[in-house]
Amino acid sequence: MQSLQKIKSRFIPLRIENVDTDQIIPARFLKATTKDGFGKNLFRDWRYENDNEAQPKADFVLNQKQYAGEILVAAKNFGCGSSREHAAWSIQDYGFKVVVSSFFADIFKNNALNNGVLPVTVTDAFLQQIFAVGANDTLTVDLEKQTITIDATGATEKFDINSYKKTCLLNGYDDIDYLLSMKTEIEAYEKENQS
Amino acid sequence: MGKTIFDKIWDKHVVKIIEDGPSVVYIDKHLIHEVTSPQAFSGIEKRGVPLFRPAQIVATADHNVPTLHQELPIKDALSKFQVDTLIENCKKHGVELYGLGHQYQGIVHVIGPELGITQPGMTIVCGDSHTSTHGAFGAIAFGIGTSEVEMVFAAQCIMQSKPKVMRINIDGALKNGVVSKDIILYIIAQISASGATGYFVEYAGSAIRALSMEARMTICNMSIEMGARGGMIAPDQTTYDYMQGRMFAPKGAAWEEKLAAWKQLYTDADAKFDMEINIVAEDIDPMITYGTNPGMGLSIQGKLPTIESFGDVTEKQNYEKALKYMGLTAGQTLVGMPVQNVFIGSCTNSRIEDFRLVASIIKGKQKHPGIKTLIVPGSQEVAKQIKAEGLDKIFAAAGVEIRQAGCSACLGMNEDKIPAGEYCISTSNRNFEGRQGAGARTLLASPLTAAAALLTGKITDIREILN
Repeated sequence: MQSLQKIKSRFIPLRIENVDTDQIIPARFLKATTKDGFGKNLFRDWRYENDNEAQPKADFVLNQKQYAGEILVAAKNFGCGSSREHAAWSIQDYGFKVVVSSFFADIFKNNALNNGVLPVTVTDAFLQQIFAVGANDTLTVDLEKQTITIDATGATEKFDINSYKKTCLLNGYDDIDYLLSMKTEIEAYEKENQS
Repeated sequence: MGKTIFDKIWDKHVVKIIEDGPSVVYIDKHLIHEVTSPQAFSGIEKRGVPLFRPAQIVATADHNVPTLHQELPIKDALSKFQVDTLIENCKKHGVELYGLGHQYQGIVHVIGPELGITQPGMTIVCGDSHTSTHGAFGAIAFGIGTSEVEMVFAAQCIMQSKPKVMRINIDGALKNGVVSKDIILYIIAQISASGATGYFVEYAGSAIRALSMEARMTICNMSIEMGARGGMIAPDQTTYDYMQGRMFAPKGAAWEEKLAAWKQLYTDADAKFDMEINIVAEDIDPMITYGTNPGMGLSIQGKLPTIESFGDVTEKQNYEKALKYMGLTAGQTLVGMPVQNVFIGSCTNSRIEDFRLVASIIKGKQKHPGIKTLIVPGSQEVAKQIKAEGLDKIFAAAGVEIRQAGCSACLGMNEDKIPAGEYCISTSNRNFEGRQGAGARTLLASPLTAAAALLTGKITDIREILN
């Protein structure tokens, strides 16, 4: 897994609530057997008319040239619905390193973290402040300090992440390495609990 | 202080608590399917790690399979490759597979319970958010991502923080025409599509106790639709009666021993919940959704909210977006509106009891000529039972075809899709944009309400037929 420390970037504002993982990556793209290449189909049906890349929908933020960056900012309850990790793979493959929202669905949050994408939960008020700044403004996300800053205004908010996950992200460790190191303890648990 | 049933099972499965981090939680049963497992298999292969406990894994093919002519090779090349990859992975790693053509094949959340794999007190995971279904047996069951599937492959554990616990009490008697699907649609409409995020839900109360196992599974199944990590119901005599004699349920002395342990699985009287909600069963009418998330539901006779009822600008815009997608108008009623499709199936409502309910409504009647149907049993076993009970003859006489087992039009991964712009009364679990096919307009409802539309060709209050 790639490590992540500090990101200063412009952002893409997605003012839509309850963005479900069927929108992030529609089911017809789930026939793949690898993790590669999902970025081109991220938000496929919101991005294109008639499933045609030659017909981008002008009103969708990913198609609006004024917006760019490695940070996606979305309204509340981002990533609800299906547990498909393909959603996190699409977001990562598209080039996002951070997703900001006032509220994340549980499974998506875990999937993002397991792929080195940092979900940053902010207050509703702070989310509105981000949506209010211009397309050329940047955000700074500092994982070590657990802060997100709107660089133009200097407004800063702290975000939560447990210290285990923070260490994993800062260093690019993943949970499987950790679990493999626990094999003896897991076997001992099994001996004690198998009826 | 007493413990909740959730705490009792969770605590027993914690191998280690990491300070300021997640817990390492042991998994008893791991269910896998073709869509969310291939990357996990290649993941452990790349690490050079073997499957830690292959005997605790059961596989089936359900999401990406045709529901007609399963005896023939799958036509879609990508789907075929994915299903073949599952077969190959299971063979290579020694995993039991109930694939296409196997008598036990079916939707993963239908076959687990019907084969007796799902048991009280277990931790059960699957790379599918509707794994919460198995909570109906008093198990902790929830959906995981593919990285977590890989973790369970490698170490039979996952790493998750303990969620908060919520209890939803539903007391009283259900009105005529109201079934368990209406209960859960009612709850989600009350607390919203994110109202239980961060929680594990226990459903309790006299209305829940009165439900069959099939009906309880429908409720636990949709826990994820309000954001909950999972949902569960304490086991009781209904649970044990359902389980006894099933293929993988314990037998003889082992049954007696397990039964004694299962009887300890209840929430202590003095246990505390982080949140508690009380619902009166008599307040629940047949329900239907009108929007693009399962929280956008109302009583079948109800009116859609007005635009003005949303205070927040983003909420207002989101509601308008949903109305536009659904082709509906704020403030309107739904009863009488023509629909073009009826889908009866999915891990929410594809069990034998659902087919009995539908058969009881359509018996001796004819399908409306304007309705196209997708009627899909949850498993080969359900299909067999439908025949054994003669329900297939009732469907055939009504002019309705019964297909073969799979997830089908719930997520439209195979060819079972609803055409753009058309309405579908669906017994499934999600009404997201494009879920049943690009541009498809999904109205979630109970099998009874779906059966009513099948006969009338329009949104119908089932009570008009029952009375």
